[in-house]
Amino acid sequence: MTSGLLFALVGVALFALGLAGLVLIGDVLRRILAFNLMGSGAFLVLVGLAQRNGVPDAVPQAMVLTGIVVAVAATALALALARRLDAQREGALPEDEDG
Amino acid sequence: MKRLAVFCLACAFVVLTGGALIELGPAAIDLRGQVAAQLAASGVSHPVTAVLLNFRGYDTLLEVAVLLIALLAILAVTDKPPAAPVPAHPLLQAVARGATPAMILVAVYLLWAGAHRPGGAFQAGAVLAAAAVLLHLVGLLPGWGAPGLRLRLGLTAGFALFLALAAALLSQGALLQYPPAAAGTLILVIEAGLTVSLGLILAGLFLFLSRDEGGET
Amino acid sequence: MADPLVGLVLLPLGWATLAFVLGPGRGAWAALAGIAAQAWLAWLLAAQVGAGGTARHAVGGWGAPLGIDLAADGLSAALLLLTQWLALGVALYARSYFAAGDPARRYFWPLAGFLLAGLNALFVANDLFNLYVTLELVGLAAVGLVAAAGGERQIAAALRYLFAALAGSGLYLFGVALVYGVYGTVSIATLAPLITPEAPRLVWIAGGLMALGLVVKSALFPFHFWLPPAHGGAPAPVSALLSALVVKASFYLLLRLWLGPFAPLAPAAAWLPALLGAAAIFWGSWRAIRAERLKPLIAWSTVAQLGYLFLIFPLLAVPAAFGAGVMQVFAHALAKAALFAAAGVFIQATGQDTVAGLAGAAARLPVTLFAIGLAGMTLAGLPPSAGFLAKWQLIEAALALGHWPIAVVALAGGLMAAVYVFRVLRQAFCLAPAGAPVAAVPRALEWTAFALAAASVLLGFFGVDLMTLIEVRA
Repeated sequence: MTSGLLFALVGVALFALGLAGLVLIGDVLRRILAFNLMGSGAFLVLVGLAQRNGVPDAVPQAMVLTGIVVAVAATALALALARRLDAQREGALPEDEDG
Repeated sequence: MKRLAVFCLACAFVVLTGGALIELGPAAIDLRGQVAAQLAASGVSHPVTAVLLNFRGYDTLLEVAVLLIALLAILAVTDKPPAAPVPAHPLLQAVARGATPAMILVAVYLLWAGAHRPGGAFQAGAVLAAAAVLLHLVGLLPGWGAPGLRLRLGLTAGFALFLALAAALLSQGALLQYPPAAAGTLILVIEAGLTVSLGLILAGLFLFLSRDEGGET
Repeated sequence: MADPLVGLVLLPLGWATLAFVLGPGRGAWAALAGIAAQAWLAWLLAAQVGAGGTARHAVGGWGAPLGIDLAADGLSAALLLLTQWLALGVALYARSYFAAGDPARRYFWPLAGFLLAGLNALFVANDLFNLYVTLELVGLAAVGLVAAAGGERQIAAALRYLFAALAGSGLYLFGVALVYGVYGTVSIATLAPLITPEAPRLVWIAGGLMALGLVVKSALFPFHFWLPPAHGGAPAPVSALLSALVVKASFYLLLRLWLGPFAPLAPAAAWLPALLGAAAIFWGSWRAIRAERLKPLIAWSTVAQLGYLFLIFPLLAVPAAFGAGVMQVFAHALAKAALFAAAGVFIQATGQDTVAGLAGAAARLPVTLFAIGLAGMTLAGLPPSAGFLAKWQLIEAALALGHWPIAVVALAGGLMAAVYVFRVLRQAFCLAPAGAPVAAVPRALEWTAFALAAASVLLGFFGVDLMTLIEVRA
């Protein structure tokens, strides 16, 4: 077994773990982590499976770079919404009346 | 009950997919050869940069738009003025002050290195953003409020430049079709613009968010 | 812009950026000018595709599989046409809808611009990974629009929507990773001849995961849970864009993959989406009939109407089924945009969102009420509306193949739609409680809602032209 194939297998497991977490977990922060785990799994499969014969392939590596940036954007947005929700739920207190 | 069902499904999925992975033969198409053959015409000598900025540059253009969308959405949900910065221990502040010039230097190096080895605009932008976050965390850089015109221009300049160049290159026959002789220079110009804007955008994802800070640091 | 294919992506990216630089709340004129130009480009493209077949553009001049190709066949051209013209109506509406100081307006124009850019890029993409990026463009922009300046309810809805969208695109991306692993390419045109019924097991898994991801993003029952709060809670112009266009984008992609590269594998699963679609029609219509508030009622109706789109999958052997799907996309998009626009008029006029609060509307807002009636005709599938044509073709295809249960579901769904539309109309013709205040509403709001609703009916007369356009296949 090449290291590429091993990466891909680990990627499958990570993806399944992340997806199961996203379905089962209620806590927002942990769901965001679960989503990132899913993404990492997909990235590992993308890179690992393409180089299962041991020769690196630049195309999926570039795709993963793109994917990571998209994941960063999505994570930032999710965190912003989670914080906003938190602030508004505390917003029952008188000092926080906007929104 | 639900937990058990999801757990069993996940395990079945891993076994099924893992098994299918192991028995897989060679791929029908190998892009490695094509990338290597066109590398000389791409303007850069590092294959990943060639794919990222040239062969699949269109993906990268849209991906910067995704980052801008996240930033816009964050701006749209937060409307409080930024909290006053809480100064950290003077020693931490001194370290952050000392690290910042070094980080800017690293960013410039990464940008330049991207043409022929691992590096490039995203890595450089991330280091710049990290410097800004570091300065914010030690209380030297306040969080950002609603962005003024200068900041808005800075946030969008890299994307606007990329977009304008992509459109201008339509005169070569297709979107983002670099003339081979000028490809290296154009890619460096785009990456330089992206480095500044990505640094600001990534820093903004953090510094605009600091507006929702309750009392905690 | 020499090539309309490229212009349709670059223009909205350009004006969205400009609108952001101009500052919070500004850029409406840039947006309107941009969308008008896009509408013209989409028209050019449709004419070009109708006359000369599929339009193509190799980005960077490399060509697939090394580079990324853009392509528009009849289906893409038709959806691009729908997107630009509908967006033009919604943009005119939005310009009058948001008051000068409304915090929801601050980032509306740039986010809407990026949303349109994402949709257009999705409709012309011909590369599985590029499609992933466009899906995220559309998804994040849509979530941003739902969340913008929202209260606790909207933020919670946006967060739920975001997680569903991310799970959907995550599943899709994993499928793409497997496909690249098996074939070494993500270009749809290159993949099409490679995928055969004897494909490795991994391709079946990949196809299933991608379909599942797209179904989650299209809010097919039972993955519809995120849609009613998000579409029912957002400002009216945003709900209109989301219900009319955004959920259709992932359906379009599913249909494109189903009929394209994955066609050799697809028949194995054709009944599953149809079954879920039937469930969506009954459950969504039932919830719409029971809804207390107007916008959630319209949002639940979206859940039901999306169900029709999935009824076509077992019937795709008959050309009428494909036509029925596209016609339903058009009919529902126009009718639903009109309904959300009309709901926005009522909310501005009466300051409330309940169905009961509509009492007396007939006398005060006759144009808007007429718009609801026309849009309701389309949803219930009454002739001569586009909704009627869609259901007619669907039933024709179902009977041609002897699958009469699908015809029964389509008829029953139309009946249930008539019930919830009638419920709204009956309430509107009730007498108003004395002294209920009614604020003045900009006339542009009423007339754009009316124009969208009228278009959903009049489209019925242009069904033949639309069907001729979508027959241009890659």
